Amino acid sequence: MSPSPVRSPAVDAPPAPGGKGRAREDAGSQRSPAEVLGVKGAASFVAPAVGIVGVFLIFPALWTLYLGITNLRLTGLAAAEPQVVGLDNVTQALSDPSFLNALWVTAIFVLGSAVIGQTVLGLGLAWLFRNWHGWGRQALEVLVIFAWIIPGSVVAFLWIAMLDGESGTLNALLPGGVGIEWLLTYPMLSIIVFNIWRGTAFAMLLFGAALNTVPPSHLETARLAGAGAWRQLVDIVLPTIRGHILTALLLVSLWTFNLFTPFLLTRGGPNFQTEVLPIYIYRVAISQGELGFGAAIGAIMLVINLAIALVYIHVLSERAA
Amino acid sequence: MTAAGAAVAPGNSRRVVKSVLTRIGFYVMVLLLGVFFALPMLWLLAAPFDRTPTLAAGVPDFTFDNFVRVFENPFVLPSLRNSLILALATMVLVVTAAALCAYALSRVHLPGRDILLYVLLLFSAVVSGTAAMVPLFLLIFEIGLINTHTGVVLVLAGGLMPAGIFILKDFMDSTPASYEESARVAGASALQTLRDIVVPVVRPGLAVIAVWTVVQVWGDFLIPFILLRDPELAPAAVVMFNFYTEGGQANLPLISAYSFLYSVPVVVMYLFVNRRYGFRFYGGIKR
Repeated sequence: MSPSPVRSPAVDAPPAPGGKGRAREDAGSQRSPAEVLGVKGAASFVAPAVGIVGVFLIFPALWTLYLGITNLRLTGLAAAEPQVVGLDNVTQALSDPSFLNALWVTAIFVLGSAVIGQTVLGLGLAWLFRNWHGWGRQALEVLVIFAWIIPGSVVAFLWIAMLDGESGTLNALLPGGVGIEWLLTYPMLSIIVFNIWRGTAFAMLLFGAALNTVPPSHLETARLAGAGAWRQLVDIVLPTIRGHILTALLLVSLWTFNLFTPFLLTRGGPNFQTEVLPIYIYRVAISQGELGFGAAIGAIMLVINLAIALVYIHVLSERAA
Repeated sequence: MTAAGAAVAPGNSRRVVKSVLTRIGFYVMVLLLGVFFALPMLWLLAAPFDRTPTLAAGVPDFTFDNFVRVFENPFVLPSLRNSLILALATMVLVVTAAALCAYALSRVHLPGRDILLYVLLLFSAVVSGTAAMVPLFLLIFEIGLINTHTGVVLVLAGGLMPAGIFILKDFMDSTPASYEESARVAGASALQTLRDIVVPVVRPGLAVIAVWTVVQVWGDFLIPFILLRDPELAPAAVVMFNFYTEGGQANLPLISAYSFLYSVPVVVMYLFVNRRYGFRFYGGIKR
């Protein structure tokens, strides 16, 4: 899995006397595995992490699926004795215009900001940076990374300030004193552009690493044959890094699909126009107290997440084979 | 030069024009991208130092007054302290538990170990705070940890743990077991061996997980937002949101100086990691 998001360099580790393989063989074949750490010892070492993950990650996931088929509410009769209502919540959701609206808004948000925006801009930046090592490149790269690591509630306010209708920087720069309230007039466009700005760094870093895997000799051959930058990109680079592109697409889509940050900019408004599914769940379950229905929406999100993740795993295993 | 130059000119000059145009196009594109990424951030650099900050970014009428006055607000210091408590507690929990687990998985061959690890990693990506919002809220409520930092730390640790184990196991796998075997023969306990032999060797991995966890928790909004009720317990992410959404005229001297103070730690940590280890290796780890 070459495009692993968790690839690590193990920088300062001293090289093993017989290489990496030997240590593994030793532990596996000739010597008993209990020599360094007994099975009991291993179990007690594993226990804290497994306990935390089991209780606070796996259990909530399974519980979502169960809660999703009940009519549990935060207060009232259904809070004391929730009834199992089967797939009623899902049927109810599918006929609920505000759920369908949230689903549609989420689809546009993911498509616009993740699939198209971050992936294309990230690839574009990595392509611009491929042979450019001046201070300008470093400055731009640091800006893109800062946009990614500064806390979400701060960047949200930076964008609220910039897009403000009366005194925002954007309106001040546009000629003619237009005074547009961007977040009210173009709310979807605003959160899409915001999220492109916020998240492009990941795709940029991933594609930066990917472009290093393109053999320079192939590009050189193409250049000698008279191919311009565009032809090199389309004919040589894109086919070579196809796996990285799929990785970026799937991971970035998964993250964007689950992103709560638009709430910090618009709180889902105006008039639910930017109410993505995470905000919808928050409004229905926490603000209005319909826990069972909220959990059902959560379960639908889990299933979609799982589908994206399984496609990702399938792609990785196909590439490995 | 003249005669020969004139003869070659048509093709040549077209190539020169084309390369000049390409160059211009390149600079225009870089300039536009630079403006796009820099524009929102100008305010964060200018407004905190402005005597009368507005929503527009501009050259500040320079002062440090905002940073003095920001601490007069009763929520500022406690919220930054809360963020620090949450970040450090989660970091200690994730680094310790993930290191123990990764070490055991790396040295003992449990059946199905690698599959288990992948399934865990998959789970941490699929079970997001938003999709599991309701059960997380109910679980923390039922076990009496609602409105406590402990509840927030446990939920965040659960989400970050699988990636931590995964990365640390990679580090552990690439260190030889022979030193540990010697230590064990000499009579050291498993825990002593881990502390004195393994930890020094995998320190870069531990540092990566530590910084990564702190940055994740420092910026996280949703989990403390749904699990904490008392404003006194709220971390900076939530207090920042309250500052600009509460009614009335936004207090820009307060918000700007506070944004700056709240952002500086992650920027410093980025610069540290970038200088020490090079950021690009670790870029992908961030969720």
